[in-house]
Formats: sequence, C-alpha cells, structure tokens
Amino acid sequence: MNNYDFDQIAVEMKGITQKFGSLVANDNIDLTVHKGEVHALLGENGAGKTTLVNSLYGLYHPTSGDIFINGEKVVMDTPNVAIGHGIGMVHQHFMLIKPFTVVENIILGKETHKHGVLDMERATKEVMELSERYGLTIDPTACIQDITVGMQQRVEILKTLYRGADILILDEPTAVLTPQEILDLIKIINNLTDQGKTIIIITHKLKEIKDVADFCTIIRRGKKIDTVKVADVSESDLASMMVGREVSFKVDKEESEPGDIVLEVNDLHVKDNRDIPAVEGLSLKVRRGEILGIAGVDGNGQNELVDALTGIRKAESGEVLVNGNNILGLNPRGILDHKVSTIPQDRQKRGLVLEYSIAENIIIENYKKAPFSRKGWLNFPAIREYARKLVKEFDVRPDDENYISGSLSGGNQQKVIIAREISNNPDLLIAVQPTRGLDVGAIEYVHKALVAQRDKGKAVLLISLELDEVINVSDRIGVIYEGKIVGEVKAEGADENEIGLMMAGGSNS
Amino acid sequence: MKNPLKNSALGITLISILLGLFVGALILLFIGYNPIEAYSVMLNGIFGSVRYLSWTIIYATPIILTGLSVAFAFKTGLFNIGAEGQYIVGALTAALVGYYVPMPTLLHIPFVLICSITAGSLWGSIAGYLKARFGVNEVISTIMLNWIALYLNNFFVLNEKIKRPGSEATNKILDSAKIIFFDVWKKSPDGQAFRKAHPFFNDIFRTPANAGFLIAILAAVLVLLILNKTTLGYSLKAVGFNKDAAEFGGINIKSSMISSMAIAGGLSGLAGAVQVTGFTREASALAAMEGYGFEGISVALIGANNPIGCVLAGLFYGALKYGGSKIQPRIGAPYEIISIIMGTIVLFIAMPKLIRMMKITKKKEAE
Repeated sequence: MNNYDFDQIAVEMKGITQKFGSLVANDNIDLTVHKGEVHALLGENGAGKTTLVNSLYGLYHPTSGDIFINGEKVVMDTPNVAIGHGIGMVHQHFMLIKPFTVVENIILGKETHKHGVLDMERATKEVMELSERYGLTIDPTACIQDITVGMQQRVEILKTLYRGADILILDEPTAVLTPQEILDLIKIINNLTDQGKTIIIITHKLKEIKDVADFCTIIRRGKKIDTVKVADVSESDLASMMVGREVSFKVDKEESEPGDIVLEVNDLHVKDNRDIPAVEGLSLKVRRGEILGIAGVDGNGQNELVDALTGIRKAESGEVLVNGNNILGLNPRGILDHKVSTIPQDRQKRGLVLEYSIAENIIIENYKKAPFSRKGWLNFPAIREYARKLVKEFDVRPDDENYISGSLSGGNQQKVIIAREISNNPDLLIAVQPTRGLDVGAIEYVHKALVAQRDKGKAVLLISLELDEVINVSDRIGVIYEGKIVGEVKAEGADENEIGLMMAGGSNS
Repeated sequence: MKNPLKNSALGITLISILLGLFVGALILLFIGYNPIEAYSVMLNGIFGSVRYLSWTIIYATPIILTGLSVAFAFKTGLFNIGAEGQYIVGALTAALVGYYVPMPTLLHIPFVLICSITAGSLWGSIAGYLKARFGVNEVISTIMLNWIALYLNNFFVLNEKIKRPGSEATNKILDSAKIIFFDVWKKSPDGQAFRKAHPFFNDIFRTPANAGFLIAILAAVLVLLILNKTTLGYSLKAVGFNKDAAEFGGINIKSSMISSMAIAGGLSGLAGAVQVTGFTREASALAAMEGYGFEGISVALIGANNPIGCVLAGLFYGALKYGGSKIQPRIGAPYEIISIIMGTIVLFIAMPKLIRMMKITKKKEAE
C-alpha cells in the first residue's frame, strides 16, 4: 500500500460503454489508476466489473470510449495487444494445463530455446528469479494438478510477470483461497507494488479492500458510483455504496428450536480419487430446525463427505440415515427422493448446465414430474411459468427465465441453484460453500435463505471454508479435521481462536 | 450483429459451401478442365429433368438418415463414428428379413424397418454400454464395431445357404418388403399404358423412386421432437452438455449414454433398411466400407447437427454425388472432385473463426 505515484497514470479508461444487444453492461465508466497503486473494483455480481476489465484486456471491444495506457491511446483489439502494453490478467478460473509442470505452464507461448530446442534450465532459472524477487513461492517442477489452489494462483501471477506485465488485473483472486492463502496473497500484492507494479483487483470482499487497496471504484448496475480513497471510508460505507442500501453483516436469527433428528451419519468412511481414505470414521447429527456448520481447512474430507451424502461417490462403510432411512449406496436420484437437496460447491461443474436456460436448469431435478412434463413430453408453458416465479422470488438478474445460464454472473447462477434446491422443499438442505465468490448483498441473501429454511423446521448442513460464515449462520459448529469431526461447539459465543486451533489439528480437550 | 451472415451458423455454412465450390473450381482449372462447364454439367445433371431430381433424392436418402444419427449423438455429447457399422447391420437385417419372412406388404415393410432399427440400435448401444460400464471412448469402440459389422455382413452374405447363386449378395428381397413406389404395378401392362400417357410420371418411374425420403423426413421431425420437446431429449442433452451437473441433478448418466447411442444406432440402421428396401434390394459382400455412415458425419457437420439442417445437407450432398457422377463421362473431369469439394466445405465449417476473420478484413478493406 501507498506505493503509488500520483503523477503517473498507468491506466485511464474514459467513457467506456459496453452494450450486449439491449443490455448495457458498462455505462460511460471512467477509471483512473496510478502507477504503483492497488485499485479495487467493487460491485455486486453482474454489476459490470469483469466486463470493464475484459475491455481493458482486449477480450471485449467497448461500444464507445477510449483506453490510455501510460498516457498513450491504445485500441485493445486482442489480448495480445494488451499484453504488449504490459497488461496481465489472472482470471478467476485459472487457465493452466494440469499435467504440465509449473515452469512449463509459465513459459508456455514464450518458451526459451537454444537452436529450437527447449531450454528448460534457463527457463527454470528465469522463473525462479522472478519468484524470489516478488516473493511468489512455487515448486518449479511440480505438476499443476498436484499443487494447491493458492500455488496455482501464484503460477498465474508469475505467468503474467514472465510476459513483462506491469499492470496486473486480478479477477476475484481470493474467491478460491483459504484464509492463510489470502494473507499470503496480500503480502504478494504488497511486494508487487513495492517494485512498481500496478494492480487492479476485482473483488467484493470488503475486508480485503480495506486490507490491500489504495483506491476503490464502485460500480453498480453498469454505472460508476464513485472512486474513493480506501483509508477514508469504512466497510459499511463501501457496502452501502455497492448495494445502494444499508447492509447488515450480522445474520439476524432467533434461538434455534431443534426437533427430531433428520440426518444421522455414523462412522462414515470414504476414499478420495487417489484411493486414499479422506473421510475416516465421521459421525454427525443434524436435527430439524437447526443449522450444523462444518468448519475446516480445505482438503480435510469435506468434498468426499458431500459426494458420499449426495450419492456421487461410493462410501467404504458406515451409515447415513435420513429420517431413519439409510441412504448410503443410493444414486443421486434416490437421495433426492429422500428429500435431501444440495447446493453444490462448484456451481459451474455440478450446479448448472451452462448451455441451458434458467428455466431448464430449474427443473433438472424434477423434469419428469407433473406439471413440467406429461408422459415424456415437456410442458414448456408450465416450466417457464414456474421458473418465472422463482426468478422473481429469488431476484435473479436479468429477470428472464429464458436467459442462458452460462451468461449469468456468478452470484445469479448461485441464486438459480438456491432457488431450485429450496423450492424442492427438502427436509435436509446441504449447502456447500454457498457464498463462494458472492458479493455482500448476495451473501446476506443466501444466509437469510438458509436461516429461513431452518425456521421452517428444516435441517441444514452448512459446509464452508469461511469461518466467519460458519460462526454467523450456524447454531452448532462441528470442526472437521482429517476426515473426522474433532470437536463441536455452540455457535453462539464461539471462540474463533479455539475453532481455528481445532481446524489446524490442535486438540482443545 | 449488423451482419447476420457473419455470425449465424447458417451464414457460415453457406459461405463454406461457396468456398468449397470455389476451391473445387480452382482445382478443376488447375488440372485443365473448365470449371464453368463442369459445374453446368453438374447442375444440369441435378435439375435437368424430373428423373434426375428423383435420383438426387434417392442418393440423399440414406445419408440424411446417417447424418441424423451422427447429429443426434453429437447433440448428446457423443461422437458416433459407428454410423457406418450400424448402417451395415441395418441393411443386412433388412435383406434377410425382407427375403426369409414372407408377410403381407402392409405388415412386411414396418416389420423390416423395425427389425433394422432394432439391429442398428443394439449395435450402437454396444458402444454406449462399453462407455458407460468401462469408460471406453465411443470413437474407438465404434470404429472397431464398424469392422466387426463389415465382416459379420460378409460372413452372412457369403454363407452358402444365404448367398444367391452366382452372386456375392443375398437373395433379392420379396416384393412385399419393397418401399419402391408402385414397383410391381409400374411394370404391368396397366402401368406401362399409364406411363405412356403421363411422361412426367414415366420419368419418375424410370428410377427406383421410393418412400425412403419420406421416412427420412419423418425421422428428422421425430429427432427434432425428441431433442426439443421430450424429457428424454432434455436429459440426454443435459448429459451431453455437462454430465457432472446432470448426475448431480439425479439423471442417470450411464443409461443416458446407452440410450443415446441406441437411438443414434437405430437411425443408421434405418438408413440401411431404407437403402435395401428402396434401392439395392439386397445386401452384398463388402470389400470396403461403402461410406454412407462416414458421409453422415459430413452431413451432420454441414447441417450444424440440426435435424432440418441434416435433411438439407443430405440433399445437397446427394445432389453433388449424383450430379458429380456425370462430369466424368461428359467432360472427363474426375469424379473425385466431389469428395474434394465436400472435404473443403467441412474444413471451412470447422473453421468458423477463419470465415469471420475474412469477413472482417473485407470490411476493413472496404473502409
């Protein structure tokens, strides 16, 4: 922070307007970023932040407006033009070749060679130099598929630096990181600006903006609201500018009134893809009218637990009872029929068929039932009507049930999934990372929806890597470590440090 | 958006076809033939008379059906290279059932068609099952099943008890199994008299004009309905687009793969049946693949995997095949030019970006 030079303007975007058909994604937006500054773009999902930086990176061509890089007017025809002007972009979804090593990925497209033969030694040396200079710790010879998400992100950043980037665009860089990895990233960003790099960071996590950014431009529904000096504003100022109304961070909820047991897991054992035990003797209970939160560091068996509960993965042994019936070994359809609905972790992989419209995605679990189909024929009017109702109720934007899901912003995709799962009226709702990558407005919405389910007497199992979320939303918290629940606490008045210690494997008893 | 041609699939297809014809013309010019002459011979050979048009449709019929087969599989995320083998199995079944199971016409034709569809379905679903159960890539398994089908065909056809004496083919199917229009009547004295009086119909009856094209159109409509209006199509497409999400939504992705390959196989089997009952009337021993299945891949690609597109693309390919067969006897230009044109068209269709780029540069030059 505070490495910026007010006299040098690295990026200036003037009057950027971007229309997609009748949709105005960016409406006359101005953006000024000084050299050495960390500039945050803040906005709700679908506000137009990503559209704006995509214009800067040459992926979109603005309908009108000009872009200046270091004072020079540039027409960003393709990303190559942007790269040529020292712009690098790290996308939210990484663009890495999984079986390749770290170095191979970094040099791809700009390979060092000696007489046409790949010179790996020199490449590794160059990459390691960069890595040390900016404090981006990596293992140059590891394959991408074997390293953590945090390290993959460092590889992406190195990739842009290797191409000589001076202006880095980071699109929601923390969405996929664990709390520790986020701290590392903040350190890296400070290292980068120390050495004169300029950073544009897209995010909707207010805390991170406060931690890392110098300036923040707020965009709401395609329009620029303001550019503020971060030091001068509070988190709640930022939140209300972004959403256009006051936002509460605390989840308001009454004391829970737990009823009968809905989900009971006894001594569950599940193996992961590599055939290594991931869930080892896990037991838990969730009652009607309560939210059980599972806190834990990523990779402690959460994914395998969810896969087993939803019928995607076979369990080795154990028992999973829903309302007293064993559902272990049933396929996903059979488990759905036991009134278990799940908000999956990866909305694009498991949650939605991106090529399908909102309406088509809404019925994916019920398309065989009346009124959505009769005797094998789909009833489109009924499907659309139902979807239209949910789109309204859950405030999906744009409010068009025929809109293709893949074109929705992440938060709206999540709303479609939540609408679908909650409208199933399940007895047990499993929510896995339900607010991953969402802005505060949407997070508030999701949390309220979960609590509302609880208040309707449903059992809710919340699995999240965000400890704040688990503590705020849950009634009870179970801590998962190495495939087991190692401790349980009441959420009310829970001690973050105590839970953190259990998450790291330290015993508190 | 200003230029719909540039962005729409149809626009790209039409431009690709023009480019393909252009490349064909260049090659003709290069090897010393007048392309204008060649294309006018071809055009005249397609549209010159009712008889030619009838032949064009007969040529198009089987590849429309195999095109539908490939397109259906594509739509559901599978690449059916096995249309050829499914076609062979369907044709063989039609030849055998059409000869050995005598029945009244009204029953015999549907019976033959259903048997062939079933045979093709089973053949296709083998690949589907292997993929669902063991994860065998359908591209590999269908290619191998093509060869198994070919040798299975030869094994049956060349069997002493089945083979027609003095030939390398099965016996001709019974009249009751034929879908050729008025095949018996048109040779009778009554029919001959009618034909003399009506030269238009005479022209048609000189070809084995048959109901196959109507069957193909019906199949296209059926495929369109299945894909867009039924729960089956909905689930199969969901698996094709994103099998993880489909599985999560409770769709059985394994049985979807098998159903999808079975339907695709059924369509190719039907292609074989239509060809036998409408045209060849027999199954012959094959020294090599006949290519109807592989041509179906081109048809599906040119038709943008759209059932109606497949009908049009099949007609186009059929027209080129039939019209093109006339340039060799007339002006000596090689028939292979048709394959080159088709290959070029498919190549351009596979490169939509290139066409968009060409359009953009043209625009810039104009400015």
